[in-house]
Amino acid sequence: MEGEREMWKAQGIDLKRNDEFLEAAGKIYGDVYMKQPNRPKGMGFFDFVMSEVHSIRPKEMIDHREKGGKVVGTFCVYVPDEIIFAANGIGVGLCCGSDFSFVDAEDILPTNLCPLIKSGMGFKKGMLSPYFEACDFIVGETTCDGKKKVWEIFDNYIPTYIMEVPQKKDPKQRELWLKEVELFKEKMEKESGVTITPEVLGEKIKLINARRKAIERLYELRKNSPSPISGKDALLVSQIAFYDDPVRFTTKVNELCDELEERVKNGEGVVEPTAPRILVSGCPMVIPNWKLHHIVETSGAIVACEETCTGTRYFDTPCVDETPTDIDGQLKAIADRYLNIKCSCFTPNDDRIDQIIQFARDYKADGVIYYSLQFCLTYNVEYEKVKRALNKEGIPLLKIETDYSEEDTGQLKTRIEGFLERIS
Amino acid sequence: MFAGIDVGSLVTKVVVLKNGEIAGCSIVSSRTNPKKAGEQALEKAITNANCKREDIKCIVATGYGRNSFSFADKTVTELTCHATGAYYLNPNIRTVIDIGGQDSKVIKLDESGKMSDFAMNDKCAAGTGRFLEVMAQALEVGLDSMGEFSLKSDKPCSLSSICTVFAETEVISLIASGAKKKDIVAGLHMSIARRVGSMAKGLGLQEEIAFTGGVAKNLGVRNALEEFLSVKFVPISEDPQIIGALGASLVASKL
Repeated sequence: MEGEREMWKAQGIDLKRNDEFLEAAGKIYGDVYMKQPNRPKGMGFFDFVMSEVHSIRPKEMIDHREKGGKVVGTFCVYVPDEIIFAANGIGVGLCCGSDFSFVDAEDILPTNLCPLIKSGMGFKKGMLSPYFEACDFIVGETTCDGKKKVWEIFDNYIPTYIMEVPQKKDPKQRELWLKEVELFKEKMEKESGVTITPEVLGEKIKLINARRKAIERLYELRKNSPSPISGKDALLVSQIAFYDDPVRFTTKVNELCDELEERVKNGEGVVEPTAPRILVSGCPMVIPNWKLHHIVETSGAIVACEETCTGTRYFDTPCVDETPTDIDGQLKAIADRYLNIKCSCFTPNDDRIDQIIQFARDYKADGVIYYSLQFCLTYNVEYEKVKRALNKEGIPLLKIETDYSEEDTGQLKTRIEGFLERIS
Repeated sequence: MFAGIDVGSLVTKVVVLKNGEIAGCSIVSSRTNPKKAGEQALEKAITNANCKREDIKCIVATGYGRNSFSFADKTVTELTCHATGAYYLNPNIRTVIDIGGQDSKVIKLDESGKMSDFAMNDKCAAGTGRFLEVMAQALEVGLDSMGEFSLKSDKPCSLSSICTVFAETEVISLIASGAKKKDIVAGLHMSIARRVGSMAKGLGLQEEIAFTGGVAKNLGVRNALEEFLSVKFVPISEDPQIIGALGASLVASKL
């Protein structure tokens, strides 16, 4: 399509490398997704979204800006989309899931840094992502030391605003976070020239809540055995939530869920009921990172749930309370909801551990795979507490620490197959 | 008759099982062509067992190259195979420490011999046979004689790095500073023992403990690991390098 090339060119995208990336990602997608048996028809929409990953949605964002709206890039489930959308903005979770862009970041960042940060920096600095280039500014957060410091470097390439996420959840810290949410509202108003009214904010709270509820509905359906959808497909839906238009996305997820409900009624699943069910717990998996799920699901098991930022952490914390009708009440409801997310950047974070055990039961998991990105200090260290708790409950646990490269696939396969032999 | 084939990163091992007993085995280098090495090793083991290919009813493949065989009836991970092989030789074994060419593993067994938990090294050669191989080259010492050689040391060097690449640099500096080779080798063995031993401690050790894999033939590593863990390994009656293949043949016999 010539139109998209013109668009990329105008954005300053490195066309040659963009072609290389799309070709490589397309091939991986074909291998990982299109060869799955018995996929729900409703996945067709998400396949289409992926086939046009650098075209349709970035175009919508550019059009939005031409009409005077703002596009705001984010990296984390702590940045409240409600406020972005209420200021006539579009929030977009940015690209940081591929080692393709490492080379563009390695000259300015240390090598022993988490792959998510390195990848994101590379996509921006190497001009590889139409999403980055469609953004007016990005919003970082202080959910780890690596990110906290990298925002200062990002600011050399794109205006970067930082929200301070506290490290404890006591009343004093809750106050600080509420203040951060209020400041972010002011920031969005200043950038967009839009005054956020309680009416519009209330509407956007409902919009984002609806998106959460749709994904929650999908995950509820995955509690059935046999699962009506593969873990890979469900992960893809969660990943696309971060960048697709919320109204369209919510409609399509609900359509998919209607189909899955029929499957459940008929006892139809994507695997045999005897296939081991795995709960994946830990770090986010950003497109096109499907590595762990692919190994698990080509070894005879199924991923039943992800206790991750690209999984339950996105929706499980109850939705934002829709009852307040004044701005202060609404902002407090937003702050409360977001601070309940159970990320390992908090101390203590025991609620997360209780939740892993609860999920293991609810999703009928035969075992838990603890997934940590390489050099992700907080998730890596928190493993020890999770291990003790799960051992006590008699829930089998396997820890995987890996990055985005393929070189350890053989070793991971041995470990995962060994784990499945152990629990079967 | 049944065969188990363990295709490691450096060496391929085959065990042929007849009436529940080891009838023949073989060990062949597999580094460049694992598929060919597998076929050669199988043929050799069959010859050693005094039988024919047609006599083999079932073949199970294990090891990192387990999927490169079309003639295997089933593939099983080396984790299960090492547990099965060790338990067959001594049903009192509850922990297996295996150090192979590119992996080190600690495997826990329950009373029935089933694997109940395990730990494995990350993608890195630290604490593996490959680590020793690189160091043997740097020191110009034969890989097979490293164990004996290190036993002569009374003052092992201290090596701070567990990374193969950095440790090699450290070894070269030690040579340059006039350290004795036997002391350096002894230091390397202690470094492996610390790496693998910590992994074993993390998983929790239960006696009896068996030490298997190619590196288990190295007396220096064996002693260093026993000392680090304050345990005695239970003696096993077969070559520790063929335990994975033995386990695979036992799995084959139960299919």
